[in-house]
Amino acid sequence: MPETSRLWGENLTLAYDQSVISRDLEVAIPDNSFTVIVGPNACGKSTLLRALSRMLKPSEGAVHLDGRLISSYPSKEVARRLGLLPQSSIAPDGITVADLVARGRYPHQKFLKQWSRADERIINEAMAATGVVDLAARMVDELSGGQRQRVWLAMVLAQQTPLLLLDEPTTYLDIAHQMDVLDLCAQLHGEREYTLVAVLHDLNHACRYATHLIAMKDGRVVAEGEPHRIITEELVEQVFGLPVRVIPDPETGAPLVVPADRRPGSARRGAPNGSAAAAPGIGLGARQTA
Amino acid sequence: MTTAPPRPHPWTGSAPPPARGARLAFSARRLRIAAVYGTLLAATTAVFAVSLMVGDYAIALPDVLLALTGEGKRLDVFFVQGVRLPRAWTAVLVGVALGIAGGVFQSLSRNPLGSPDIIGFTGGASTAAVATILVFGGTMTQVSIGAVIGGIATAGLVYLLALKKGVQGYRLILVGIGINALLLAVRDYLMTRADLTEAVAAQVWMIGSLHGRGWGEVIAVAIGVGVLGPAVLALGQRLRLMEMGDDTAHALGVPVQTTQVTALILASALTGAAIAVSGPIGFIALAAPQLARRLARTTGTPIFGAGLMGALLLVTADLVGQRALAPAQLPVGAVTAVIGGSYLIWLLYREWRTGRA
Repeated sequence: MPETSRLWGENLTLAYDQSVISRDLEVAIPDNSFTVIVGPNACGKSTLLRALSRMLKPSEGAVHLDGRLISSYPSKEVARRLGLLPQSSIAPDGITVADLVARGRYPHQKFLKQWSRADERIINEAMAATGVVDLAARMVDELSGGQRQRVWLAMVLAQQTPLLLLDEPTTYLDIAHQMDVLDLCAQLHGEREYTLVAVLHDLNHACRYATHLIAMKDGRVVAEGEPHRIITEELVEQVFGLPVRVIPDPETGAPLVVPADRRPGSARRGAPNGSAAAAPGIGLGARQTA
Repeated sequence: MTTAPPRPHPWTGSAPPPARGARLAFSARRLRIAAVYGTLLAATTAVFAVSLMVGDYAIALPDVLLALTGEGKRLDVFFVQGVRLPRAWTAVLVGVALGIAGGVFQSLSRNPLGSPDIIGFTGGASTAAVATILVFGGTMTQVSIGAVIGGIATAGLVYLLALKKGVQGYRLILVGIGINALLLAVRDYLMTRADLTEAVAAQVWMIGSLHGRGWGEVIAVAIGVGVLGPAVLALGQRLRLMEMGDDTAHALGVPVQTTQVTALILASALTGAAIAVSGPIGFIALAAPQLARRLARTTGTPIFGAGLMGALLLVTADLVGQRALAPAQLPVGAVTAVIGGSYLIWLLYREWRTGRA
C-alpha cells in the first residue's frame, strides 16, 4: 500500500530537541482521500502533520512524496506538490486580501518572470472558491476570524497543490464557519479530487467528513480506516479516556460520538431505547434539520 | 426524520467575478511606493547638494558644480572634492548600509525594535574597538577590523543563543539585550584601565563621526554596499514571506533556516562595513525601516526603502551636526541619538496607545 501512495512515512521517529513524540510510526495517506487525524491533546497529531509537510525533519525514518524522499526536493518544488495551512500565520501589517492570496503563487514564480495572466486568474479562482472576492481590496487585519481563515485558505489554494495538509483549520471559528471550511474541503476532495489531510479536534466533524480516519494516542496510530468501520465506543474510550456512546448521525448516518453524561444524578444513560431517543437533545443534529 | 434540503454552499454559489478593484488597488499601491521613494531620493540629493555648499567657507551652487568638474577656484575644488564630497558620500553610503541592515534585522525579528544596536552587534563592535585601541594601540584600520570582527562574532553568538526550533524574534531581541549589557560592562571596565589619550581616542570612535572621512572610506563602504546590498535585496521576497511566520513561509517553499542565516550574515557584514568607516552611529538602523514603512505604507518591512531613508537621515543628521552649533562641530552620532531617541519614544508611545507593547 505505501508504494502506491503519493505521501507516506516509514519508520518515523519524531522529536523536538530531546523529547521524542513518536517512534516507529508507519503512515500512508491514501490518494484522493480526505484523511483526518484525530487524537487527544499532545498525542503527536500535529507533529505527524509537520513531518509529512517537511516542517519537521524526522530523527529517524523518512517521508516519501511522489516516489522520492521529500527531503530530496528543492523547497519550491515541494511547495508546488504539497500545500500546508499551518496552525498560525501572521498577516503582515497593511496587506490586502488580494495581495495575501497572491503570495500563494510564490512557488510557481521564476526569479525574472514574476507575474502572469494565469497567476491572476488562479488568484481570482482561489478567492471565489473561498468566498472572499468581495473582500479582495480590504485589509486583512480588519477582517473577522472566520473571514481571515478563508483568506489563508485562499492563499493555500492559489498554490494549486492537489495534495493539501491542514493543521486544525477550524480552530477559533464558530460552528457555522467551521462547517463552511469543512464543506469547502469536502468539495475540493469531491469535485477536484484533491487529497486532503487535516488535523481536527472535533471527533464528530472528523467522522462526518473523513473518508479515512487516523486515530492517534501517545505518538502511535491506534486505528485507521473509514470512520464507520473504526469508530466504536471502545476505541474512543481507549483513545480519549472518555466514556461515550456512538450513535448514527441523524443527518448523515456517520458515527456520532456523544460523551456519556457523568453528572451526578443523571439517569439518561440507562434509557432503554438508546440512540434514537438521545438524538433530539443534541444541538448539532437540531441545527442541521432546522 | 425530516429531510434537510441540500444546503447551498455559502461561498461557491456565484461565478468568480474579476477582482478588478483589487488590481487597481495593487497598482495604486505600487505608484504610491514609487512616489515616496522618488521623493526620498530627491530629498537626499537636495541635502547632499546643500552639504557641499555650506560650511565655514560657503560656496555657491554654481561654484560647487564648477568645482565638481575640477574647474573654478582652487580652494573651492579643494573643499568640494577633497573634503565635503567624500564626507557626503560616506554619509549616504553608511546610511544605506545601516538602513538596509536595520530592515533585515526588523524583518527577521518581526519586531520594530530589531536593529544592530539592540541585537548586540554595536555593543560587540565597540567593545572590540576599545580593546583594539588598548591592546594594539590601534590605527584607524586596526580599530575598524577589530570592530567588524567583534560585531559579527557577537551577532553570531546572539543568533546561536536565540536558536530554538528556528529563531523566534523576541528571543533574538531579549538575548541581544542581555549580551549587549554584558559587553558594555566589559567595554566600560576597559575604559577605566585606559590612559587618557587612549580613552579619548576610544570615546571619539564610539560616538560615531563622519569628520575627516576621505575617498578611502568612501571606496571601502561603497564596495560593501555594492556587493552586499543587491544580495540582501535579492532575498527581499523571501524575507517578506517569512514575516508571515516560519511555517507559512516554509509551506510556500522558502528555505527558512538558510534564508535566516544568509540574511543575518549579510546584514551583519553591512553593519560592519558601516561601523568600520564611521564608528557605531546609533538609531539609523532602528528608525529608517519604520519611517520608510509608514511613509510608503508598504506591507512588511521595506528593505530598499529603508536604505533610501537611511541615506536621507544620515546625510541630514551630518549636515545638522556640522551647522547647528557652528563653528562647534557635533559628531553625527550625537545628532542621530537625539533624533533616534525622540523617534523611539514616539514609537513606544504609539505602540502603547494602540495596545501592542
